Amino acid sequence: MPTERKLRAQIRAGIDGAATGLAVISTLLVVAPLLAIFAYLLYKGASSLSWAFFTDIPKPVGEAGGGMANAIAGSGILLAIGSLIGVPIGIGGGIFLAEFGRGTKMANAVRFTADVLNGVPSIVMGIAVYSLIVVPQGHFSALSGGVALGIMMIPTVCRTTEEMLLMVPHAVREAALALGVPNWRSVLAITVKTASPGIITGCMLAFARVAGETAPLIFTAFGNMGWSSNLSEPIAALPLQIYVYAISPYDEWHRLAWAGALVLIVLIVTAVSLVRYVTSRGVLKGAS
Amino acid sequence: MPVSLFEVNANVPDIRISREQLQPEADPPDGKRPAAPVQVSAIRSFLLSRGNSAIADRGFHWLMVLCALSIFGIVVLIAVELVLRSKLAWHQFGFQFFFSAFIDPETKLPQYWDPVNGHFSALPFIYGTLVSSFLALLLAVPLAVGVAVFLTEMCPQAVRGPLAFMTELLAAIPSVIYGLWAVFVLVPLLREHVNPLLIKLLGWTGLFGDDNPTGLGFLTAGVILAVMILPIISSLTREVMTAVPHSQREAVLALGATRWEMIRMGVLRNARIGIVGAIILGLGRALGETMAVTMVIGNNPQIVRSLLGNGSSMAAVIANEFAEASGDLYLSALMEIGLALFVVTIIVNAFARVLVWAVTRGAPAQVH
Repeated sequence: MPTERKLRAQIRAGIDGAATGLAVISTLLVVAPLLAIFAYLLYKGASSLSWAFFTDIPKPVGEAGGGMANAIAGSGILLAIGSLIGVPIGIGGGIFLAEFGRGTKMANAVRFTADVLNGVPSIVMGIAVYSLIVVPQGHFSALSGGVALGIMMIPTVCRTTEEMLLMVPHAVREAALALGVPNWRSVLAITVKTASPGIITGCMLAFARVAGETAPLIFTAFGNMGWSSNLSEPIAALPLQIYVYAISPYDEWHRLAWAGALVLIVLIVTAVSLVRYVTSRGVLKGAS
Repeated sequence: MPVSLFEVNANVPDIRISREQLQPEADPPDGKRPAAPVQVSAIRSFLLSRGNSAIADRGFHWLMVLCALSIFGIVVLIAVELVLRSKLAWHQFGFQFFFSAFIDPETKLPQYWDPVNGHFSALPFIYGTLVSSFLALLLAVPLAVGVAVFLTEMCPQAVRGPLAFMTELLAAIPSVIYGLWAVFVLVPLLREHVNPLLIKLLGWTGLFGDDNPTGLGFLTAGVILAVMILPIISSLTREVMTAVPHSQREAVLALGATRWEMIRMGVLRNARIGIVGAIILGLGRALGETMAVTMVIGNNPQIVRSLLGNGSSMAAVIANEFAEASGDLYLSALMEIGLALFVVTIIVNAFARVLVWAVTRGAPAQVH
């Protein structure tokens, strides 16, 4: 009957509208915590940011002021060690996956393992490095923290490098080989160089990821309330310091934790936005 | 000489062929041509003079293979270290570490985590991990699929970029900042407003007891975990949804479906294996999440029925007690929990990746 069909059509249109409404509501519910976190961070952190924050080391409890200069410097040192370990090995793995092993079973196994390794909790990496380096040495050290961060970077850098190298057109490689350039030279000087903006952004992505990691540093770098220049001493790190301050009962330290969180989030958002900008604009301008 | 590893030798000789070389010589009148001399072109003599790069090529190849094998090496390294260090606890407790606990003969209550007397059991931590993770999934999956559906099918083009960027930004925020926000904003919010409401409305289920007015607990951990795994599930769902060919959508629309029916029948039905994979991947992330959970779950190594009660999770107990673990058995028990976490997350992640790969096979690889 025509009215029954009309009723059914109306119900279906109604369900369609309800579904659209639910989708919009869930999007708003997702965007809301993000904006709430950012707004609260800005509000709480901006008031505590001062020049002293970036130049002072933590003061004893009860004294006002103090900063996180040692934590920022410590994070820099740890990330430098981590990048030294993670970036070359990761790029090497990516080169293997894209150039030498394309389509082979071993390449598939390496890719799968890299993806699975990306999902392993960072705290497990931390206790593995603890068992590997800290226990034989007998003390916490910046070196072990850097190693933990480095092995966390390897799978990410490997996969992004592979992705970028796969985008280099075959013609570029073939032209180099046709001119008699040795294979190793062709890979490094032609293919990698062409894809280098993308590879650098991939490294930045891995960098931003491990910059915020706390768990592997708790029992490797351990944290330090003062400056440390020795790689075999415990060292402070920004996310680690934020954690220690956040769970403490002192209001002054909470204030500093918010400021540190603001600094950290600004760094990470800048890195992620840069990555997005470079990859969306088209990475391989040198290829075509 | 080449100036660096990345500069190709610029001293390539001029290989342009002259006009005389192009035109063949005219035949001599008696039909006999002298034997053509072997002419070595400039480029050929140049290439012959450069020598063989086989050794360098092979060395480079094996260096790259070594780098790729390092990924296997990392997995093996972690496994070996964890197994070695947890041997002590394994010998002491065996498999019962994960399934039972020592019952105190006087109080008849289980003593799950007693470093003083050396009684260790992973039960409360497994319980806490499972409860907080499944709570997170319950809250995150509908929202994530909703966001993915909106961004893929319903969103106007102008807003899509910024919204997608914002969802991915949620994934980039470090866990400790989520924990910081949760401790100072979420916990008071739940304690003052949400928990009393839940106790009043749902207290009859027995899952919402009122004996823990701190605002910490499984529910808080579940909420913050939901916020953290949402972007992963959402972006992977978007990826599998865009991998569904347009012909499927058009076919359903051609049969007279509304937009929601097209999404339901044409897209979600085809992508459901991938969506399940995305959900399992989110579960894998939730199982191993440490910092935010440590800060809000209350750190009480007991099994509590109330969702508002304090508990602990596997990653949280390691983060809290590892640095001060005195005694070899204590450390070994924590290592064994870490080993269990490692094995479980590997299995969950591998399963999820296989599911996602089965749907997006052929589509270009992406890193998540």
